[in-house]
Amino acid sequence: MSTVYALLFIVATLVLVIGLARKIIQYAKTPAPLKIPTTPAPTTQAGVVMRLFREVVFFESLFKSTKWTWIFGWMFHMGLFLVLLRHVRYFIDPVWLPIQLIQPFGIYAGFAMVLGLAGLLVRRIFVDRVRYISAPSDYLWLLLLIVIGFSGLMMKFVAHTDVVMVKQFFHGLWTFSWGSLPMDFPLLVHLTLVVILMVLFPFSKLLHVPGVFFSPSRNQVDNPREKRHLAPWAKALEEQK
Amino acid sequence: MAKTDFEVPELHEYVDVPALEEGVMAHLSPFVAKPDHQEPLNFPGELVEDWHDKTLAKLDDLRSRYRSLQVYLDACVKCGSCTDKCHYYLGTKDPKNMPVGRQDLLRKVYRRYFTFAGKYFPKLVGAEDLTRETLDDWYSYYHQCSQCRRCSVFCPYGIDTAEISMAAREILDSIGYGQKYCNEIIAKVFKIGNNLGLPGPALADTLEGLEEDVFDETGIEVKYPLDVKGADILLVTPSADFFAEPHVDGLIGYGKVFHEAGVSWTMSSHASEAANFGMFIGSYENMRRVSMRVREAALELGVKRIVFGECGHAWRVAYSFLNTLAGPFDFLDPDYPVPQHICEFTNDLIEKGKLNFDKSANDHMTLTFHDSCNVARATRMGDKPGGQFEIPRAVIKAVCNNYVDMHHETIGEKTYCCGGGGGLLTDDLMEIRVKGALPRMTALKNAVEEQGVTHMAAICAICKSQFTKVLPYYGMTMDQIVSVHQLVSNAIVLTGQKTEDDESEEQEAEG
Ligand code: HEM
Ligand code: HEM
Ligand code: SF4
Ligand code: SF4
Repeated sequence: MSTVYALLFIVATLVLVIGLARKIIQYAKTPAPLKIPTTPAPTTQAGVVMRLFREVVFFESLFKSTKWTWIFGWMFHMGLFLVLLRHVRYFIDPVWLPIQLIQPFGIYAGFAMVLGLAGLLVRRIFVDRVRYISAPSDYLWLLLLIVIGFSGLMMKFVAHTDVVMVKQFFHGLWTFSWGSLPMDFPLLVHLTLVVILMVLFPFSKLLHVPGVFFSPSRNQVDNPREKRHLAPWAKALEEQK
Repeated sequence: MAKTDFEVPELHEYVDVPALEEGVMAHLSPFVAKPDHQEPLNFPGELVEDWHDKTLAKLDDLRSRYRSLQVYLDACVKCGSCTDKCHYYLGTKDPKNMPVGRQDLLRKVYRRYFTFAGKYFPKLVGAEDLTRETLDDWYSYYHQCSQCRRCSVFCPYGIDTAEISMAAREILDSIGYGQKYCNEIIAKVFKIGNNLGLPGPALADTLEGLEEDVFDETGIEVKYPLDVKGADILLVTPSADFFAEPHVDGLIGYGKVFHEAGVSWTMSSHASEAANFGMFIGSYENMRRVSMRVREAALELGVKRIVFGECGHAWRVAYSFLNTLAGPFDFLDPDYPVPQHICEFTNDLIEKGKLNFDKSANDHMTLTFHDSCNVARATRMGDKPGGQFEIPRAVIKAVCNNYVDMHHETIGEKTYCCGGGGGLLTDDLMEIRVKGALPRMTALKNAVEEQGVTHMAAICAICKSQFTKVLPYYGMTMDQIVSVHQLVSNAIVLTGQKTEDDESEEQEAEG
């Protein structure tokens, strides 16, 4: 059984990394032929970095829009971020100091994450506009993440699992010398769903993660008069005539 | 007021986000282009037989050439942030007029044919087959988007529905299912030089008439030159400025400003149009062909600078795209940005104290300013981000005593579209134009009632034409919309011009 999980994780990691890399290469290679930043936009590259930073860390545009979605969405993502940082301890040894330091906050982060997700789910079900645009997969993503979070919290607070074993298993994956996993139900649920998440990531709307960095309306410098911007295919078009 | 076969929304204090009503706007689509309108743009004359494959091929081509399209099709998480941001949704309640609803019309097909999930689990991710009905849906709803970019302000990934609309229209054009209004106009530009099809001699006539009018009014010989070789400045302005009210009053204003600045300037009969509807149909090639006329005119006339008149989407093409499409402009004077907006030009002179105004000439009005969407969210003026909001207001405040802003959620980057942009300024789309004007009309009405606003100024030919038409539907009058340079024109005191005060003093001296 442990071997099955080990293989699953190896495959899932490959799918995630290769799938994401392919998408990122596609985005990077596709030219943006025209200057289309949503203005007012920064006029320098440093300004663009700041704009993206605010977008990624604070969800600036969402904040301008709807406070409820922002609160739940931000709670979920910040929770997720801390939880994932906390999880780094399963994969490395010794554990870096910053990761050690956030451990206590990480615990609350799990709750924030699940609460945020629940809020987003309620909004998706009850706001008619959001319900209209939702496909089954949009609900399933939320459910998947909720169950991952819930099973994690179960392990933390209700049915403890042997974290030392878990660590040995995942740390061993680096060298293909995994030990065995504790066969606890919450853990197996947790891990199975995480595998699903990793495999589906590059084929789903989770592409918003690379997408936000490649969005021309957010990542372009507002300097079209100062600097001529020309895509390779547009250049070819020019030379034809 | 015009008779209508649709219900004009009532104005309330606020625009409430409506509960959705599916399909209520499905009946509305613009007239389809005829072969005569399609072919000059290198599009097939009518719907091609293998439209299914051609549509998919074009979609595939576009997503490989436009990063925006590829990323936007992938990245949407259906967060709903944009759902209540479109004036057309607020005015019609049709969920396919919610920005994400509009995007999904194309995204469903993209997913079905180009993504793993959509190919094998279409139901799960909401992917759908491309059918003949899909095309009609696209035709209908992608022509109910004014490409105003308001949705992109609020989307956490900046997903700009305008980009999707442009791509969809480009696909439709490429299979022979184009829109008459836009394509007929572009064909006219290729043939005659401007959207209205005014030939050179007619322009010369009109401009001569303007010179006479200004002379009668001021006693000063202000010139409105056409095709003058060796002039310093080429003015490119929307052709509506040549005759329609209130546009032409703006043109009179530009002429007076140039006169006072003491610069030599000219218009061109070859580039007698600032508008560039190539943008609306998402066609890089056609947009470039229209833009090249500006370059050709600048070279032929040997000018040193290019200035654009008041027009929203034209300023977007000019500011954001002209250098790309028709550059480089290394043959022009490097001391000035290429191109410049007339408001930048006028504001510079105001800041240098070179213009004299009698602000009381505008005292019969209390003004507010409508930020045109393309200027607000797709361009800049001056050196600093946001100059596109400050500079036109600075100009207005320099020439008017009474100015107030509309509600802050409806101006600046959050401005609401007039309802007629993006190639919708045609009578066959009157219903969506009137309904889409609801948020702006609400804000204006409130400013009228609470702050005594009498007139709204704008710097866009489409906005001005649209408001002239829709204001009466909402119980206001068509002359409440004015040009910014009309206000300048009213207040400017030309050197040597006799003001009323002078005249009365003279009379006293004589008497
Ligand atoms: C660069 C990092 C990321 C940024 C900037 C980001 C940003 C956002 C934003 C702004 C939203 C919309 C608001 C909301 O519904 O929460 C969103 C939604 C979502 N994000 Fe992320 N995200 C990031 C990473 C992730 C990751 C790593 C995951 C999953 C493991 C994820 C999963 C989701 C999901 C499932 C939704 C949809 C929520 C719903 O259904 O309402 N995000 N993201
Ligand atoms: C290989 C990947 C993962 C492993 C091995 C793993 C393992 C674990 C374990 C052993 C716990 C229990 C912690 C304890 O008892 O102290 C836990 C908790 C948790 N996990 Fe995971 N997990 C993984 C991935 C994820 C992912 C991707 C998410 C989120 C999307 C997640 C969310 C949580 C949460 C919210 C908790 C509870 C709060 C906490 O202890 O931090 N886990 N996980
Ligand atoms: S670009 Fe403007 S008109 Fe089009 S969907 Fe977005 S908000 Fe609506
Ligand atoms: S705001 Fe952006 S991500 Fe959210 S639903 Fe609209 S288009 Fe999709």
